[in-house]
This record gives sequence, C-alpha cells and structure tokens, in this order.
Amino acid sequence: MVIRILRDFTKRMFGIFFKSKKEISLGFYGPPNAGKTSLANRICKDWTGEEIGNVSKIAHETRNVQFKEEVEIKYKDKSLKFKLVDTPGIATKIDYEDFMKMKMKKKAAQRRAKEATQGIVEAIQWLDDMDAVVVVVDATENPYSQVNITIIGNLVARNIPVLVVANKIDLRKAEMKKIEAAFPEYEVVGISAKYGKNMEEFYEAVFKLAKKAG
Amino acid sequence: MGKKNKKLGGLTLQFIPHSEISRLETVDRIKKLLRIILDNKVIVLQGRLKPEEETRLIEDTMIMIGNIKNFKGVELAVITGNEEDQTFFDKFRFGLAKFISGQQNAITIIGPASVVKEMKKDPKKLEVMMR
Repeated sequence: MVIRILRDFTKRMFGIFFKSKKEISLGFYGPPNAGKTSLANRICKDWTGEEIGNVSKIAHETRNVQFKEEVEIKYKDKSLKFKLVDTPGIATKIDYEDFMKMKMKKKAAQRRAKEATQGIVEAIQWLDDMDAVVVVVDATENPYSQVNITIIGNLVARNIPVLVVANKIDLRKAEMKKIEAAFPEYEVVGISAKYGKNMEEFYEAVFKLAKKAG
Repeated sequence: MGKKNKKLGGLTLQFIPHSEISRLETVDRIKKLLRIILDNKVIVLQGRLKPEEETRLIEDTMIMIGNIKNFKGVELAVITGNEEDQTFFDKFRFGLAKFISGQQNAITIIGPASVVKEMKKDPKKLEVMMR
C-alpha cells in the first residue's frame, strides 16, 4: 500500500515537472463473454481502422491483455487520445469441460482453460496501470455476481474512475433497470457493441470518465 | 437379491469467525482459506475480505487450477446487511461499527467449484446450487 502511494505520487510529480500530455490508459474489464473485445473492436475500427482482437461465442476468447496505443476519438468538437487496454474476462473458476460442451476437442479445451487462467492473472496485475476503467457487463445476465463487485471494489480502492457499460441491449432478455439498480453510484450506459447501438451516449460518458482520470 | 451399498452424499460447512483471520497477513489469510477449499469444504466466513484480497484469492485460485488435478476454482459470494431501510444516523452508527470491527456484519461464502455448482445473488437472496 505504501509502495503504491509512493508510486502514484512519483507519477504525478513526474507529470507536473515534464508537463507531457500523457495518453490515459483506458481499461476494459468485466466477466467473460460480456463483450469487452466486441466493444474495443468497434472503437478501434471506428477510429483507427483496425480491430484489436477476435471474438467468439465461446467464453475466454481473449486470453491475453491486448492493447492499442494512440486511439483518438473525436466527438462534438472534443478529442481524446488514449491507450485502449482490452483484458481477459475475470472468473473465479474455469472448467475445460465447459469448452468441450461447445464442441471443442479435449486437448484444445484443456489448453484454452490453462491460457484462460493465465489471462485472468495478467488482467488482475494490469489493474494498477489503469487511469480509468470501463466495466462491461452483459445486460442479460445477473449483475450482482461477486466478480463484478470485486472488480469495482478494487477500482474504488485504487481511486480509478469507473464507467459501467451494459452490453447486448439488442437482446430481448436485456434488463437495463436491473443493471442500473445494481450500480446506483455509477453512470451506466446501455449499448450494443455488435450493432453499434447508443455509441454516442457511450462516447459522451467516456469523455466524462477521462476528465475524472485527469 | 444383492445388498446395495448406498453412499450418503454430504457437505461440510466450515465456519470461520473473523478473529481467526483478523491477525493474519493477506498471504496467510488466502493460504488458510484455500487449504480448507482444497479439502472440499464450503467456507462460511464472518466478515469479508478486502477487495485486493478477493483479487488475490482469484489470482491464487487461477494458479492452482493449472497445477492441482481436478481443481476447477471456487464460487464466491458476500452477503451484507440491508442498508436500504436505515436512517442517516443508523448508517453513520453502523458505518463506524463496520470500520472498527472489519465489516463483521457481512458473511462471505467460498465453495470449491467441484462442490458448489453456482451461487446466484440478488439484493434479496442468495441461491446456492450444489453439484
């Protein structure tokens, strides 16, 4: 804790003295299959022409932290440059047999499970380097999962500003009100990363989030 | 007719009072909890872990999944007191008590994924589905 305080203080002092306009690190965190990479892809494709990673219906497709530097978004005369950091979905259990149920062969499923566990460890370790975080949750799933609470708790403990994004609002089972009720202290934006629904509201919220990150 | 031997299924709940872990450092706290989990017991912990301890638990769990045969991880849920109906003064009193006592009005349930299939939580209840 003392080391973290000293490190944050040194970072701030360095920034003040050298007055460099550092791009903020914007992390995408959340449970597996919520649509973090889909959202990251949409943003990267819109503003840099290139996607950041693969997506899949099988959970734990993203098994490494992947990032894109110098993503610049322009919206209503405002512009924001950031490093977009897409992380593996955080879970408390991984069972390779779940991948086999999705028609994966045993060896491939075991390899995927092993990579997924390593990805989660990596995602947790990257938390310290984030300036702001978008927590992506699936609007059709129960938002009260302990993983969501743990992620947000860690961000609060580190004073990292948070935006909650409820993805998949295009689906009939999506319950925005339930998501908003679960996170009353945070701004919650509903989107469909797949179909690009409500991205304007999302970008507005990202600008507000970036201001809090300083 | 042959005799059929029926094995009775069972579940062990291990209650851990806050005092049993309050003096331990984070590393030792998580070690202690995971040792119990590996014994296929479900932990009912008085109080809750700090957020960074919860992530440490997840990290260590992930490392163990890769290295311990048949270990698939854990299910984790925290139940806290209902603060909706409290007055401002109640919230202040309880907030102070929580700060002093280390959030002992919460209960943390941690179960091995081999025993607990899923824990579903909402504001009013916790459903625990066993294998």
